[in-house]
Amino acid sequence: MAYGAHVARVRLEHVSKQFGEGDEQVTAVDDISLDIEDHEFMILLGPSGCGKSTLLRMVAGLEDPTAGDVFIGDHRVNDQLPKLRDIAMVFQSYALYPHKTVRANIEFPLKVRGVPKAQRAAEALHAADVLGLTDYMKRKPGQLSGGQRQRVALARAIVRKPAVFLMDEPLSNLDAKLRGDTRTELVDLHRRLDSTFIYVTHDQVEAMTMGSRVAVMNAGRIEQVGTPQEVYDRPASAFVAQFIGTPPMNLLPVGVLGTDDVQVGIRPEHLVLSTGGPLSGTVSMVEHLGHEVLLHAESGAGRLVARVDPASVIPAVGQAVQFDAAPQHLHRFDATSGVRVS
Amino acid sequence: MKRKLRDLPPALLMLVPSLGLLTVWVIYPLIKAIDYGHKKCDISSRNCRDVGWDRYFSVFQSTQFQDSLIVSLKFTLMTVPIGLVLGIGLAVLADKHLKGIGIFRTIFSSTVATSVAVASLVWFVLLQPSRGILADMLSDWFPVLKNPGLLNDSGTALPAVALSSIWASLGFTFIIIMAGLQSVPRDLYESAFVDGAGSFRRFTNVTLPMLTPSILFVSVVLTTRALQSYGEIDLLTQGGPQATKATTNIPYLIYGNNSVIHNDIGTKSAAAVLLFLLCLAFAALQFRGFGKRVHYGN
Repeated sequence: MAYGAHVARVRLEHVSKQFGEGDEQVTAVDDISLDIEDHEFMILLGPSGCGKSTLLRMVAGLEDPTAGDVFIGDHRVNDQLPKLRDIAMVFQSYALYPHKTVRANIEFPLKVRGVPKAQRAAEALHAADVLGLTDYMKRKPGQLSGGQRQRVALARAIVRKPAVFLMDEPLSNLDAKLRGDTRTELVDLHRRLDSTFIYVTHDQVEAMTMGSRVAVMNAGRIEQVGTPQEVYDRPASAFVAQFIGTPPMNLLPVGVLGTDDVQVGIRPEHLVLSTGGPLSGTVSMVEHLGHEVLLHAESGAGRLVARVDPASVIPAVGQAVQFDAAPQHLHRFDATSGVRVS
Repeated sequence: MKRKLRDLPPALLMLVPSLGLLTVWVIYPLIKAIDYGHKKCDISSRNCRDVGWDRYFSVFQSTQFQDSLIVSLKFTLMTVPIGLVLGIGLAVLADKHLKGIGIFRTIFSSTVATSVAVASLVWFVLLQPSRGILADMLSDWFPVLKNPGLLNDSGTALPAVALSSIWASLGFTFIIIMAGLQSVPRDLYESAFVDGAGSFRRFTNVTLPMLTPSILFVSVVLTTRALQSYGEIDLLTQGGPQATKATTNIPYLIYGNNSVIHNDIGTKSAAAVLLFLLCLAFAALQFRGFGKRVHYGN
């Protein structure tokens, strides 16, 4: 039984969504256009309230766009019910029916579509097998761990073989260890299903490790779309530069290492200790993380964070230090708009 | 074990207030009633003599008790299912984010603040054969409204009292079910919607199962209330029409002024104990019947 027999491209054209009326009107999504290719694992990444979930819900059909068009395949689906859109959605809370067994939960989308009982059972079993759930078919969601529930939610999504999978922060209720494991499994699942995934998260690690491409969102707009590496290496704006990367990029005050209308940013790994370097400060904290050391320093240009090799000589707290960075590692952003200038 | 024993005195101390109230208002009267149940007393309830525990069987087998038992069961069957269905229906209707829905919610829940006496008076006036608004408006189609009047006809008296009772309980059912509905996670509806479930399927697969704790609670309370109904019967029909005693249920048999056992505390107590057992049996049946179908979330 193969999944993803019919894959689909998802296109959003000038899509906006406003909530409320009059003075209380809020724009959640502001004129977004995005083209998501067949088979792509697209991540919508951004802080809380940036409109990423609203965007996903518009693709699902749970919200109607105030303006713009949503296409799945070649069809404009603005006026189509979710069930006609050939999508499946995984919710942050998993949204499992607590009164139904795992089997009944997985079978539910097929039952609703009138699939005969025997076929339903076979397909549910196959979906459960893909996600390693065959031993739990008779249990209720309340008897499962968070990770298992999450798999049931995934099984319920894949059992219908939809063209597009929509996932709204599906890992955020899991603990850190399980989240790491499940990330790998989701990437593997995407490869096996060979379908289009649209995945909403505020976690940049998920975005960097899972996505074929990442759309970084802020205040209802898309700041940048690109592969994780592109977004990391050449952030399109100061916002993206700060949002992607742990610890975030050092953004120097306007004028430091640049002209009066340019703000310069340097990634912590590119800030190197250098006697006589242009950025001087005093070490305020040293974080030993095993494979690396994070050096925090207070300088005239604000707080700087540098990633240092633990094998090197580490300055002590209170010691005066100087930093430098190679010219190719300086990111320049327009001081007013925040847009990348080089 | 030692620790449990050590915890006993403070535990008992903390239970004193509720145990005290329970003893004064429930346990003592119950024991007293059980005791009276096998005694025959004079009209002042003194000078009692033991007539044996067989009294309970003879009361149970008596025509009066059997008749009133049937009335009680009929009344329960009329009020509980209809009250539940109407309450759930109204709550589902009012569980929408529409402008002005608060007004409807207030109206639907208003009867919770209406006493049995007021509710019965309202229905007494509405159902009056000579001046009642229902009789005036509908008697062309339903002559019984005028002659002899719903409350005066043996066939319609009990349904008419049931109508008043359903109306009076509707606010309570509405509020409990409404609270239950609001605790259903929206994600469940959205997930079912995305999976293709229409509104009926969402109701049967999400709403109803998630409401089972509220439904069980309301159904036990409504059944107990129906079995114990006295106020509306006393105010609307006095157990009548008298020729057929069509509305003499067990509580009216026990307390009613027109009851044949009005002056016999022993028989009344035995009937009261039997009513208690009936309520207990119904509650147990409902808990068992709903049993595994009740889901208390995750």
